[in-house]
Amino acid sequence: MNIPSNLKYSKTDEWFDPATGAMGLTDYAQGQLSDIVFVEILVEAGDQLEAGMPVASVESVKAAAESYAIVGGTVAAVNEGLSDSPETLNSDPYGASWIIKIEGGDASGLMDAGAYIKYCEERDH
Amino acid sequence: MTYIPISPSEREAMLKTIGVKKIEDLFDSIPSGHRFPQLDLPAALTEIEAAGELEELALGNETVRELISFLGAGAYNHYTPSVVDHILRRGEFYTAYTPYQPEVSQGTLQTIFEYQSLVANLTGMEVSNASHYDGATAVAETVNMAYAQFRGKRTKVVLSPTVHPQYRQTLRTYVQGMSLELAGDDPNADLDTGPERLEALIDENTALVIVQYPDFFGRIYDYTRLIEAAHARGTLVCVAVNPTALALFRAPGQMGADIVVGEGQPLGIPLSFGGPYLGFFATRKQYIHKMAGRVVGETVDSRGQRAYVLTLTAREQHIKRERATSNICTNQGLIALAAAIYLSVLGQTGLRQVAELCYHKAHYAAAELSKIPGFGLCFAEPYFHEFALCCPRPVEEINAHLLEHSILGGYDLGQDYPSLKDHMLIAVTEMNTKQEIDMLVEVLKEASYE
Amino acid sequence: MSDQDRKRTPEMPAPKVVEPTIFDLSAPGRTGVTFPPPDVPTAPLPEALLRADLPLPELAEVDVVRHYMRLSKFNYSIDGGFYPLGSCTMKYNPKINEDMARLPGFAHAHPLQPFETVQGSLALMYQLQEWLKEIAGFAAVTLQPAAGAHGELTGVLIMRAYHGSRGDTKRVKMLIPDSAHGTNPASSGVVGLEILQIPSDERGNVDLPALKAACDDTVVGLMLTNPNTLGLFDENVEEVIKIVHDCGGLVYGDGANLNALLGIVRPGDLGIDVMHFNLHKTFATPHGGGGPGSGPVGVAEHLVDFLPTPLIGVVEEGEGEMPPLFGYFTPAKTIGRLKAFHGHFGMLVRAYTYIAMHGPDGLRAIAENAVLNANYLQTLLRDTYHVPYERICMHEFVAEGRIEGSDVRALDIAKRLMDYDFHPPTNYFPLIVHEALMIEPTETENKGTLDAFAEALIQIAAEARDQPELLHEAPHTTPFGRMDEVKAARELVLCCWLPEDYKEKG
Repeated sequence: MNIPSNLKYSKTDEWFDPATGAMGLTDYAQGQLSDIVFVEILVEAGDQLEAGMPVASVESVKAAAESYAIVGGTVAAVNEGLSDSPETLNSDPYGASWIIKIEGGDASGLMDAGAYIKYCEERDH
Repeated sequence: MTYIPISPSEREAMLKTIGVKKIEDLFDSIPSGHRFPQLDLPAALTEIEAAGELEELALGNETVRELISFLGAGAYNHYTPSVVDHILRRGEFYTAYTPYQPEVSQGTLQTIFEYQSLVANLTGMEVSNASHYDGATAVAETVNMAYAQFRGKRTKVVLSPTVHPQYRQTLRTYVQGMSLELAGDDPNADLDTGPERLEALIDENTALVIVQYPDFFGRIYDYTRLIEAAHARGTLVCVAVNPTALALFRAPGQMGADIVVGEGQPLGIPLSFGGPYLGFFATRKQYIHKMAGRVVGETVDSRGQRAYVLTLTAREQHIKRERATSNICTNQGLIALAAAIYLSVLGQTGLRQVAELCYHKAHYAAAELSKIPGFGLCFAEPYFHEFALCCPRPVEEINAHLLEHSILGGYDLGQDYPSLKDHMLIAVTEMNTKQEIDMLVEVLKEASYE
Repeated sequence: MSDQDRKRTPEMPAPKVVEPTIFDLSAPGRTGVTFPPPDVPTAPLPEALLRADLPLPELAEVDVVRHYMRLSKFNYSIDGGFYPLGSCTMKYNPKINEDMARLPGFAHAHPLQPFETVQGSLALMYQLQEWLKEIAGFAAVTLQPAAGAHGELTGVLIMRAYHGSRGDTKRVKMLIPDSAHGTNPASSGVVGLEILQIPSDERGNVDLPALKAACDDTVVGLMLTNPNTLGLFDENVEEVIKIVHDCGGLVYGDGANLNALLGIVRPGDLGIDVMHFNLHKTFATPHGGGGPGSGPVGVAEHLVDFLPTPLIGVVEEGEGEMPPLFGYFTPAKTIGRLKAFHGHFGMLVRAYTYIAMHGPDGLRAIAENAVLNANYLQTLLRDTYHVPYERICMHEFVAEGRIEGSDVRALDIAKRLMDYDFHPPTNYFPLIVHEALMIEPTETENKGTLDAFAEALIQIAAEARDQPELLHEAPHTTPFGRMDEVKAARELVLCCWLPEDYKEKG
């Protein structure tokens, strides 16, 4: 499982890049969902977010899930191309498949990579 | 009588295996005060007795077989070729469940795929679902779909008053939990003006416009302009159609419609006192994730064979749960198969013949009826196989008189439209002979002079 | 060019076509059923409104018959064998029911005829309302809903309307146990209610402390599946209902599992306020490969006024030889109409016939033998497959599809069962059991069938240990193998068309 050390993580399996403000679904989340076939981003640039608000709806061959704002703040950008290539959520979870970028987010309450690895391992038992 | 195939000695052996003395012991978790109620129901009948009782009940109806019928209004008396029911009665089709196990359900899956294809071709759309309950519920579900498409940000729906009254009532039931504005659905509106009246109601907050084709009065409009006006404001347009009419008239897909739904009953489904019928539901590919209901898609199996599966299931209620656009689960599978057989066996030639017969006979009836003093056509627009007839007396009275002559008269429009008091909606199909139409004219002539 | 052709890269072989589609089989100019020329003078057609092209297939009747005959042979069905799908109640569908629904007096009645001309249909519907009331202990029944989920929608709307009529508008929450049917959350969600899930306790009952904690004055009610999807009757059902009633909420009963309760207990007697019936489960109307169903809804006295319109009632009492005159009624505070016309009448005829042929003792025998069969199978299988709740079950039970020392999953076991000519049980539901195999034999199977099914499952458990690849690749003997579901969802080929050069072929 790929869990980059420069990112922060949530209990609902989102990642956050404090350097760019980008957030997306973790490798663990995409593995659980399996083959993702649809994604709909529910917010627009400029929207005010509170942490925990739904920002995207994801459907795989077998499951449906929501992705939640990992931090509060303002939506700075939305990955417009993602809905045309939802499979990149599987193939490149930390790269091309970022979902939105959030400005002004406070990442202090989030897990670091070490804590998140432990959190994932716990759930696999 | 019973269908339980367990013999008494088998039952004893099974109880012993389970480790209980008698069958009643299996029900200890039921509150004792309410266990084993005495049901006040008639004693069981054998098959011969039940058949007798049901035949007796069925004889209590006078149907469109005994009566000459000019009643339509959303359910139509058409000819169903013999072959339809012969195929439907194959146990392999009608006693199968929803095709959740595709390896042993390719019969059902391929027939649904073909049904979807037939609906898409007939409506001029790109995709169709595997069916909905009926025309009314399909119309109602389009509101949920449009609402979800705009993620709740558009809260207005423009609904033409010339959509079937029961469809509009159903829609209102469905949306009572949502804070939606319904515009246009005013039975007192000027019913003489066409779809342009609705254009003025469409604004940036409008999610959906719903019209019917032919409309409830049988009229055919070209909705292209209305659809363009809606699209200019980003609004979706749903057209509810009669499938028989689509054999003759331009498909709503060609006019730019986003959603096409309708009642599939005219496609070889018996009147059966109102159901089960068939809601069909077609849209453009871009909206499929918000469409209600099951969808079958093509794929390959592990042996390299072309095959079909239920696909995009994560949209549906059992996976998406409270966030699903619709809660539909069981649909009209077998009725969709009936429609597919009907369309296959009629083909382009047969269906076009049916539509033309309906058209010509209705126009003959309209021409003859409007010659009777006191009677006349209400509307001047082109129409398909149904038309509103103004009558010199209350429709109820006229229909009672017709019934004395074994004629089932048209639908009383005054029930739903105050301005159409003393107006009757007459439907004519390929089942009506010239002689029947002439007889209707004769009897109404008497009525006008009495 | 179809979407499929466009996406196929040259090196991929075209899939083998086992049965062409009805569009593939079409040939220009071929005709099936045709109609006579008009017997009236023809009217001019409005040219500007006509369609240029009607791209439907063209086949002879024999082509159509053989096509659908070949397809039918790819289906597993109740008429063909054992179909133990949990919570689906796949019982035998009596043939007489099919004949009764097709009686000309029923099949050709128009739904909008004057009520005096359809007294046969109305009498049947009235009687069926009465019987369903009696069977489940309710004050009134509507026959209008088209299927179980449609009945749920009806019930939830009635619950909302009831609170609304009392000015109690802060109720926005529906409580749903984790052992409920999967449709319940969606049925509440589409009406705009919030869902609160209630856990089960270690005996598979609703967890009472959790329920108590959730109950307050914002609760619309509880949607209770009982017996639940574990096949267990809630041992505290009366207390569960009381807790919900005490906070002002209503209790919805999901009647999908009513087959276990016929003549055993009436949900209405337990205090259930509203419940849907699945005529296509309990009362043996066929599933038709996915429908049509029929989902009547019964309600207690305080909800009668909210039922959908119309109900069937007596307009004029009968006298002597004269039968009563039946007609339509609109309840005073009706939630409105749920569909066009009066419900799935054809299904009502089948259910009526079924109830008439069973009577009170026959109905009880259905439930007794359904529960007997489920417990018998559970006993035969529990040493091989772990059953998480050690209790007498009702009409179904849930086992775990995992085998110690093997990596096979419930899905593999399900697929392997097809090689033994059985339809698999429901799998991966309920979600609260790992690798769930939910097994509902119904009462219409004999001991021999159940023994053979248990033997197959025990044999498969041995195979899972010794030759797991046999299961991973199953089924082997069916006409089709496992499906590429990812391809289906990613490529989305949902329709076929006549070929582009179709007309030139003619």
